[in-house]
Amino acid sequence: MELINIFIKAAFIENMVLAYFLGMCSYLAVSKTLDTAFGLGLAVIFVLGITMPINWLITTFLLSESGLLGIDLTFLRFILFIAVIASMVQLVEMVIEKYSPGLYASLGIFLPLITVNCAILGGSLFMVAREYTFPESVSFGLGSGFGFFLAIVAIAAIREKIRYSNVPGPLRGLGMAFILTGLMGIGFMSLMGIDPGAIGN
Amino acid sequence: MADSNTVATPKTAESKPLFGKRERRLLVDPINDNNPITVQVLGICSALAITTQVSPAVVMTIAVIFVMGFANLFTSLLRHSIPKQVRMIIMLIIIAFLVTVVELSLKAINYPIYQELSVFIGLIITNCIIMGRLEAFAMADKPWPSFLDGVGNAMGYGAILIIVAFFRELFGSGSLMGWELFGPGPQFMINTEAHWWLSWYMPNNLMVLSASALFVIGILIWIHRAWNRKLIDVS
Repeated sequence: MELINIFIKAAFIENMVLAYFLGMCSYLAVSKTLDTAFGLGLAVIFVLGITMPINWLITTFLLSESGLLGIDLTFLRFILFIAVIASMVQLVEMVIEKYSPGLYASLGIFLPLITVNCAILGGSLFMVAREYTFPESVSFGLGSGFGFFLAIVAIAAIREKIRYSNVPGPLRGLGMAFILTGLMGIGFMSLMGIDPGAIGN
Repeated sequence: MADSNTVATPKTAESKPLFGKRERRLLVDPINDNNPITVQVLGICSALAITTQVSPAVVMTIAVIFVMGFANLFTSLLRHSIPKQVRMIIMLIIIAFLVTVVELSLKAINYPIYQELSVFIGLIITNCIIMGRLEAFAMADKPWPSFLDGVGNAMGYGAILIIVAFFRELFGSGSLMGWELFGPGPQFMINTEAHWWLSWYMPNNLMVLSASALFVIGILIWIHRAWNRKLIDVS
């Protein structure tokens, strides 16, 4: 039950994009059409779901003082995390290219972008700061990936529609996307009333 | 938007070949015409959550200027020996090294600010402007222009950060850099009679919420593009 709570909390209440502004760059850059937004969202769920447990294993068994090496190596955290993320993205890219060329063709350009998606590194850092256990980190990874997916698909759908509206010239495009994201953020904020602990009871 | 006369440092301006017209453009362009946040849409990720107050925004700006200047410099120095296939990882390692330096020194110098910024210092690594400028500029240009390009872009980024933080702190908590300007701050809640000149303003809690940063930036983009009309999105 605790795992479901973490998933819901990460996806809705503490949404990576709308509550913490993480992953904003690719969120704004790739949300012009619904199809690409959908593909990027799926890729982010996948990468977050994989890197989070791997980074958990690294922090627990390699970097902490009670780990295998017996030395406190937490200062190496950033470098190792980002190396894991970059290599995972590279791996995912190669696997998708080999087994699903269709998906690769539609995602192609956006896959490398995930490396510098702050939501991925941010997720790992939050996981360390909140001291999750291994199953919790899997659930948190999938939950925050799903939250990113929801947010990017929603904004892409709105942006496709708003193209036909009469927005003032200087506000068109990027400016409107910011204000829409703010409104969506306020919408998601109303979910903060949910007490994730109460769902289990 | 930001005043451009603070940019040119008089010391380097005198040495002619080192600080010519091109170098000045590298520094000044990102502040207006090519602003990382309002035009290039890069580096929004790690920035917005720390703009509720001015002082963390200033610290963040200094950290980004340092990281970006030196990351551009080092990448540019190494640009002939980096193989194309693994350049992402090498760039990330350079950035991660610099960010670790910043993190450890901030921890030593100012612990309260370090705690306030928490994961966001680490997130400078994935700040897209840094990667973007490394990829677009430092991999193809000489070290000194690259360094200036990094510093210029970081200043353009910091300018937006500080403007947003200014409005959010002023209207959200009625203070600036932690100094109580107006509004009933916590210490004035009881005795409003004696401090009537401070208590006329009710802080707007919306400005403290994360969503307001997006509104402020959206409106900034609106003003910026209305004033600099060549940036208007025609599509």
